[in-house]
Amino acid sequence: MSLTTIFILTILLLGFLITFQIAKASEYVGILKGEKKTLEQNNRINAFLLVLFMVGGLIGVYWCHELFKGRILGDAASDHGQKIDKMLYLTVIITGAVFVLTQVLLFWFAFKYQYSEKRKVYYLPHNNTLELIWTVVPAIFLTVLVGYGLFYWFKITGDPPENAMKVEITGKQFSWIMRYPGKDKEFGRKYYKNINDAKENSLGLIWADVPELNLKADKYAQDDIVTDKMMLVAGKPVKLIINSRDVIHDVGLVHFRMKMDAVPGTPTTMWFTPLYTTKEMKVKTNNPDFVYEISCDQMCGKGHYSMKGQIEVVTQAEFDVWLMTQKPNYQTAVLDKEKTNKPATDSTAKTAAAPNMGPDAIAVKK
Amino acid sequence: MSNEALIHGADVHTSHDTHHDEHHVHHHKETFITKYVFSQDHKMIAKQFLITGIIWAFLGGLMSVLFRLQLGYPDQSFPWLEDILGHWAKGGKIQPEFYYALVTMHGTVLVFFVLTAGLSGTFANFLIPLQIGARDMASPFLNMLSYWFFWMASIVMLSSLFVQTGPASGGWTSYPPLSALGGASEGSKTGVDLWLVSMALFVVSSLLGGLNYISTILNMRTKGMSMTRIPLTIWALFFTAVLGVLSFPVLLSGFILLLFDRHGGTSFYLSDIYLASGEALPNEGGSAILFQHLFWFLGHPEVYIILLPAMGMVSEILSTNSRKPIFGYMAMVGSLFAIAILAFLVWAHHMFVTGLNPFLGSVFVLLTLLIAVPSAIKVFNWLTTLWRGNIRFTPGMLFSIGFVSLFISGGLTGIWLGNSSLDIHLHDTYFVIAHFHIVMGVASFFGMFAGIYHWYPKMYGRYLNNTMSYIHFWVTMVGAYLIFWPMHYEGLAGLPRRYLDYSNWVSFNQFGGLNRFISIVAMIVFSVQLLFVFNFFYSIFKGRRVTTQNPWGSNTLEWTTPIRPGHGNWPGEIPEVHRWAYDYGKDGREFIPQTEPVGVNESNH
Repeated sequence: MSLTTIFILTILLLGFLITFQIAKASEYVGILKGEKKTLEQNNRINAFLLVLFMVGGLIGVYWCHELFKGRILGDAASDHGQKIDKMLYLTVIITGAVFVLTQVLLFWFAFKYQYSEKRKVYYLPHNNTLELIWTVVPAIFLTVLVGYGLFYWFKITGDPPENAMKVEITGKQFSWIMRYPGKDKEFGRKYYKNINDAKENSLGLIWADVPELNLKADKYAQDDIVTDKMMLVAGKPVKLIINSRDVIHDVGLVHFRMKMDAVPGTPTTMWFTPLYTTKEMKVKTNNPDFVYEISCDQMCGKGHYSMKGQIEVVTQAEFDVWLMTQKPNYQTAVLDKEKTNKPATDSTAKTAAAPNMGPDAIAVKK
Repeated sequence: MSNEALIHGADVHTSHDTHHDEHHVHHHKETFITKYVFSQDHKMIAKQFLITGIIWAFLGGLMSVLFRLQLGYPDQSFPWLEDILGHWAKGGKIQPEFYYALVTMHGTVLVFFVLTAGLSGTFANFLIPLQIGARDMASPFLNMLSYWFFWMASIVMLSSLFVQTGPASGGWTSYPPLSALGGASEGSKTGVDLWLVSMALFVVSSLLGGLNYISTILNMRTKGMSMTRIPLTIWALFFTAVLGVLSFPVLLSGFILLLFDRHGGTSFYLSDIYLASGEALPNEGGSAILFQHLFWFLGHPEVYIILLPAMGMVSEILSTNSRKPIFGYMAMVGSLFAIAILAFLVWAHHMFVTGLNPFLGSVFVLLTLLIAVPSAIKVFNWLTTLWRGNIRFTPGMLFSIGFVSLFISGGLTGIWLGNSSLDIHLHDTYFVIAHFHIVMGVASFFGMFAGIYHWYPKMYGRYLNNTMSYIHFWVTMVGAYLIFWPMHYEGLAGLPRRYLDYSNWVSFNQFGGLNRFISIVAMIVFSVQLLFVFNFFYSIFKGRRVTTQNPWGSNTLEWTTPIRPGHGNWPGEIPEVHRWAYDYGKDGREFIPQTEPVGVNESNH
């Protein structure tokens, strides 16, 4: 234990002792003064502190807002995000007004009606009109909020537009794997038991027949592109198909204001339209290091806090160029290797044709 | 006159008298074991719950101090941590596994062991028989078992802190597959088994207690104590018990399925899993989301199990110390009832982003925001209770006012999170942490403190030290807001929960200074809780003695018992009740106890 720790502990201990002695002494003083007088004095002090707390608190709320307003939201970078922000502002206005009103009443009443020998309390056990008012008025405001909220909710969770591009994202402890459907625009079949990280098949794509798992080769899988970075096109809707390889993760896209769990065994989806390219965002946010980050938002194990993915939003032209330079996973993992070391142990050669597909193989249909 | 004599004054006689009274009640011989250990006296069981709860609160709070240390100072190392914690804090830095074990245990301990057992266990036991006019619970024996099951749960949970692979570390919600697979997390090895066993014992404890509370309230009210005359504390504790009895079994079923998945090779929650070790599991066809439904079917009512007793006690204390009836008694009961019903119908609002059917989601939005209506009624009724009262700021009263303030602050952000569109952005961020810590954590703690300060004289026949109490209140009140208010901003910025270090993120690294600030305040608030704990134990033995039977001028029955009631509560007959509990300030009288018959000239209301 270092000297500072001992020092801090000593100070704490002394603080306790002093507080204790003062507390004890004040109790004696209180008794000497008489119970009534002590009570009145304590009452005045606390009533004053309550109102001070209210004023200080409201100033603090304002100050806190001034301090942090520049570090939160920023411009939403997706169409859904803009809707969510709009909702957010409406909600903050309504709840904010209620907050100030009720807190001020609470502390003001406490201060105003502090004990006084002269005051006679107003015996008021109930008042139906009042109770009706504060049942109905909140109900009306809530209806507005629910209405707005659900209107946006159905838009956000509804079907994506026809022209939406599809990207698959799969979480694993503790990184993200992206998949593009390749030239045929179809995702090929995959099966989790076919995953083999050593052979660079991180998603278990069924490039070739796997008799021991009863899987038959799927040619759609052969041109699928697997990357660790997601490329999206500004202005073009994108539908994410979300999977997990092990535990529950969550695709958190803070700038797009989107979020969806990745659940093993149950694919989920979400869609949105990115509005600004990464380059534009660097300018908008005045931050040359800006990147669209994917954060894992569902506790997934010891590396949860570092489970980061990246999205780059580009223009259509840039995207096309990027796509052209990408090699299918099958090619880099199998074909290219066959070329380099000739007498390869070729898995595709084993064509002991399996009669049918494994019943559980997940086919990601469009 | 010595100082001691000064404090305890001329009350020596009174205390002798009460002791004398006690002897009439004690027909059976009490040994140390039957009086303090395996006691069947509801008051002693209440104290056992309370003191066990305090010990857990200390541990749970200490855990939060440790992980706040990491959050506030992610780039520093503290060699003394390694001295204490060994390999969990290698090189003086809290290791990720340990960080997650800490947050998991912090959540479990505070939600279940402190705010469920420590809060509702304490006050349900203490207040129900005393306030309805019963000699004890319907079954004192089951009541005793309830505590000892809780005690066993505590021991098992405590032991999990000492296993080699560490305690459960998948979050207090313990979602599978993470919690089901030792291969996915160290804490999911022995830790989760112990966690599940402990929680199962806890559920048993909670059911034994709950059934007892319900049957006692329904069957053992004294003469004249109709259901519309019972104090709001009792209504609140009644609904709490009903919630617990109906929802804890569902949680237990979820846990049992999880145990099967862990050890029986079943696939309730598991499907398509390929572990990082390179192993593909055989399980297919399970649904990881099923667990979340089972969990939150308890999990949501659980927050009301925690909150309702606090609401009940606050209603009682606000009214007593405003010297004015609680405003809208029937509306208060009705809103408690509405909250209890709705509590069962909103669980899936924790699951808006799990891939839940959006239509189903929309139903849960509606039902969730509906809860705001009874909550608003309660707040306005509390405000009106203060209005034109004559308020005494006892420490209990201050904590009650603090409760209302926190309930407003935390309740309003519930309207944000319950609206699924906003939840998409705010889900699993610091906004959620701020929300539930304020509305469920700190607010309920305030309710609990209010209850302790208010009923301490009844529990121990002595007062807590006022000065320390006021210091405790003010530092906690200011500190709670300083800690949790700025977290809303972190949440709006999207900071995910359960991250131990944000410095590697471009999007989330803008709050380093704020996190340090929060950590410092958290440590100050924690040390003030130690002051409270000291005050609590010190005053049991050395506090100023209570010299009058009814120190707060209260109407309810517990203040008609002797200052130190024995087992059986009333030495003679149980008093008869003639009126509701809130006749304060009626017809120019400061208070009219429930036992006083209605006078001929008394005004009607």
